[in-house]
Amino acid sequence: MRITLVIPRMLRSTADGAGRLRLSLEERATLRQLLDELAISHPALERRLRDETRTLRRYVNFYVDGTECRALDGAATTLSDGAEVMIVPSVAGG
Amino acid sequence: MSSSVLLMIGTRKGLWLARRNGDGGGWQVTGPQLPMTEVYAVAVDTRSAPRLLAGTESPHFGPTLVTSDDLGHSWQEPDHAPIAFPADTGTALRRVWQIVPGPVSEPEVIYAGTQPSALFRSEDGGSNYELVRGLWDHPHRAEWFPGAGGQAVHTILPDPREPSRVLVGMSTGGVYRTVDGGSEWNPANSGIRAYFMPEDEYPEFGQCVHKMARNTSAPDRIYLQNHHGVYRSDDGADTWESIAEGLPADFGFPIGVDPTDPDTVYTFPLVADAHRFPPEGSCRIYRSRDAGRSWEGMGEGLPGEGFWSAVMRDALCLDDADPAGVYFGSRSGEVYASSDRGESWTLVAEHLPDVLSLRAAVV
Repeated sequence: MRITLVIPRMLRSTADGAGRLRLSLEERATLRQLLDELAISHPALERRLRDETRTLRRYVNFYVDGTECRALDGAATTLSDGAEVMIVPSVAGG
Repeated sequence: MSSSVLLMIGTRKGLWLARRNGDGGGWQVTGPQLPMTEVYAVAVDTRSAPRLLAGTESPHFGPTLVTSDDLGHSWQEPDHAPIAFPADTGTALRRVWQIVPGPVSEPEVIYAGTQPSALFRSEDGGSNYELVRGLWDHPHRAEWFPGAGGQAVHTILPDPREPSRVLVGMSTGGVYRTVDGGSEWNPANSGIRAYFMPEDEYPEFGQCVHKMARNTSAPDRIYLQNHHGVYRSDDGADTWESIAEGLPADFGFPIGVDPTDPDTVYTFPLVADAHRFPPEGSCRIYRSRDAGRSWEGMGEGLPGEGFWSAVMRDALCLDDADPAGVYFGSRSGEVYASSDRGESWTLVAEHLPDVLSLRAAVV
């Protein structure tokens, strides 16, 4: 199945300038599996989204078809064919 | 072309560079670079063509380590994480606290100290690092605990004579030493007080060392600013003796030694753990020229009153000129420099974010 990953401007340098990446995943793949694929294809991007224990970074949000993954099953959230995963850094800090 | 001094200024919101040409002109300050990252560790590696290194931490996107081979005009990092804990540790890097080039005899070796407390070693000039297992697997590790800044290896002192000998300092945990290249580590805290311990105030380990400094021409002499207490060792950290007498307070974070004179040492006292301000609100670097037997406050050119800021553990440094320039930066964003061994000070920069780390070198 095909998934679209939407990348914020501040991270596009790690994706050759792309604002969207289209990834092919097996059916019923999870967000974790998407990020595992990303670790192979775009490691500089993936390590900004997860630490080396594969834990999602605290101030990075992953909206799966409009719902932040932590309101679903977190990294175990199942993705559907055609899903859009939008990376949104938290608005925080001073 | 005359040489110039490059000063790296790591702050809570990025990196600034200050440069002074050898013609005696003023400082040219540029920045921010690496914006909105906390720059706790910087290094200037001058063992061959100058390389700048910076440990950065983005609140959003985590820590990393970047290098520059063009004096800060551009920065590089590998796609993969340059420093990462191996999977079997179940641990993630929180912050790079220290970056230290190895001895001259190992020109490609770079050490990094991290939070959580660990030592990493690079053998390719700082692109790839490996965890030093001997320290990570130390049986004491379960008993190290975090200070207010976190549990971190924040000081690394490779022995310039013998690459297999390395000292590290951590909060808390204290001083540890290896003599076999990192396989075995032993605590080296004899004489260092841990006043916060309810019973034994001189434990084998568990001290909260804030910073150590060593002059490479006299490597057995090491100075140490502790969480209360200032010490000197003359035997390579086998034993420590107090050199706090003569200081207005024995609390503080940084300590630096003159690379051209192992008897000349600098510190920035704060009143106490529970009162972390310069004594009487006066900005004073304290200097000893006799290895800590006596101290004098150096304040010409510094704010004499109303200075309620502080100097972080890596925000005091010396360069490799002769005489060595002395630098410090404050949590209130000022950076001062002295080119006459602390006798007088000039303002390099002000109104910066909190200064976390400074390193300077002739380039």
